[in-house]
Amino acid sequence: MSAIGSAPRAARLRAGAFRGVLLACLGLSVLMLVVILVDIVLDGMDLISLNFLTNYASTFNQDESGIRAALLGTIWLMGVVAVFIVPVGVATAVYLEEYADSTRWFNRMIEVNIQNLAAVPSIVYGILGLAFLVRGPFGQGNVVLAGGLTLGLLVLPVVIIAGREAIRAVPSSIREGSMALGATQWQTIRRQVLPAAIPGIATGVILALSRAIGETAPLIVVGAATFVAFDPGLFSSFTALPIQIFDWIGRPPNENVDFPALAATAILVLMILLLAMNTVAIWLRNRYEQKW
Amino acid sequence: MTDPSHSGEQRADQGQDAAAPPRGERSQRAVAIAGAVAGHARRPRSPGGVIFSIEGVDVSYGGKLAVRDVSFDIREHEITALIGPSGCGKSTLLRCLNRMNDLIPAAKVTGTVDYHGQDLYGPQVDAVEVRKRIGMVFQKPNPFPKSIYDNIAFGPRVLGMKGEMDEIVERALRRGAVWDEVKDRLKTNAFGMSGGQQQRLCIARALATDPDVILMDEPCSALDPISTGKIEELMTELRESYSIVIVTHNMQQAARVSDITAFFTVEAEDDSGNRVGRVVEHDETEKMFTNPSDQRTEAYITGRVG
Repeated sequence: MSAIGSAPRAARLRAGAFRGVLLACLGLSVLMLVVILVDIVLDGMDLISLNFLTNYASTFNQDESGIRAALLGTIWLMGVVAVFIVPVGVATAVYLEEYADSTRWFNRMIEVNIQNLAAVPSIVYGILGLAFLVRGPFGQGNVVLAGGLTLGLLVLPVVIIAGREAIRAVPSSIREGSMALGATQWQTIRRQVLPAAIPGIATGVILALSRAIGETAPLIVVGAATFVAFDPGLFSSFTALPIQIFDWIGRPPNENVDFPALAATAILVLMILLLAMNTVAIWLRNRYEQKW
Repeated sequence: MTDPSHSGEQRADQGQDAAAPPRGERSQRAVAIAGAVAGHARRPRSPGGVIFSIEGVDVSYGGKLAVRDVSFDIREHEITALIGPSGCGKSTLLRCLNRMNDLIPAAKVTGTVDYHGQDLYGPQVDAVEVRKRIGMVFQKPNPFPKSIYDNIAFGPRVLGMKGEMDEIVERALRRGAVWDEVKDRLKTNAFGMSGGQQQRLCIARALATDPDVILMDEPCSALDPISTGKIEELMTELRESYSIVIVTHNMQQAARVSDITAFFTVEAEDDSGNRVGRVVEHDETEKMFTNPSDQRTEAYITGRVG
């Protein structure tokens, strides 16, 4: 019997080369992310100030121009989205996981279609919102409520899918233990399954909101305004951060205002919001996730 | 916990009369098991009335028969053990007794399971009401991801039981023989307990709702021998106030704790090759382990098959 030696040289080279290719792919995406982040910070840093957050947009005074209306509009929109997607998304996830008989054709069809809905381009949701939420018999006009519901519809599949995963992660032994004590199915869901699934659901909701916060196309279609000089309410017209950015980027700089620089600053604010939301999502997941 | 001197006395009293003369051909293992039967602290039991009357029960999953034609009675204040090889349907039958099989949509139960004379599968019987009276302990300890206190209080709360919750929780934990170990950390998460403590917590949780039967599905299979011993001791105590049906793979355990044993086996159906479980023998545990009337029972308990 011969001694156990090292692998043939060619095999070692191939293994090393493959590993190198994988690392290069990873490096490329990380590099792009770093370039974007650094570029945004460098471009947006100059004009950032408290005034930028609290002033309305201005076309003739760069130092007095700000994103007050856009920031409030975005906060209002996210509020509407959250109030809409949490109950509807969680209820749908509970139905599909706990009640629906997945061998029935219509339940399978609903499942497949939710996956499909998550892949529908956002502008299609914008058109849907325009047709049914802005115009039509139930139309509200170009208001926060219509914009928020449109964004809510767009990200609802994300919440449903995350909610289903969180509910499925609760082991069936917990349901059996609860039912064996004489709890009804609803008591079992309400008092055992949902509390155990909350961290996963909350993470999904935040990720859904962080997708909604950056959406531009559907808001343009439902008629978000580009210049708003008042604080928006549920039934007022509105603008939002991505819309404000889109508007500023399109304007050539004049002698008073460098619009692209304002856009860069607004992008920085949007990005900080996004990173903060994702950080909360990751923290929630690590802190409260149940190990079974 | 029992007073050890007390149970020791009983052991000495009852030891001789239970030791039947071994038959010549029996293996050493069978003798050891018979020894366990003889040494078991048998309190003079006063077998009460019939609590379950199982009559011609068939269970199938998705049209495939799993257990065929099971018929026997289970009496009050006795520990009934269901033993047999894997796949013989003993757990399936156990789950018929509190309608846990209802949770599997493809499961179908025919025949009658009478509980105090009432058909458990009768049209007006609600499975939730059944489970309020018939508690269950599972193979793997399944505490809820909550505090020890909330684990116990969950059942009484959903059932809307009256009374001081602290007292209910303490009583259940004492009956489950886990109070002394956890009384100082009732508000800590139950996942921090050892496996044996978790299983006694699950037993205490089942006791908290005052059921009159406890079904146990291999309650010790995930536990070490010391925890197993504690749970067996607990079962013998609980027999005073409850009726217990236990599924076990451990024949010594059946011999040690049970009063009545039902032996299941699994055989291929002639035509389809589908393997179906059935009851071979149902008798007093002592007789079953010392002088079984069926060849297959003897082969199984002496370790020649299974």
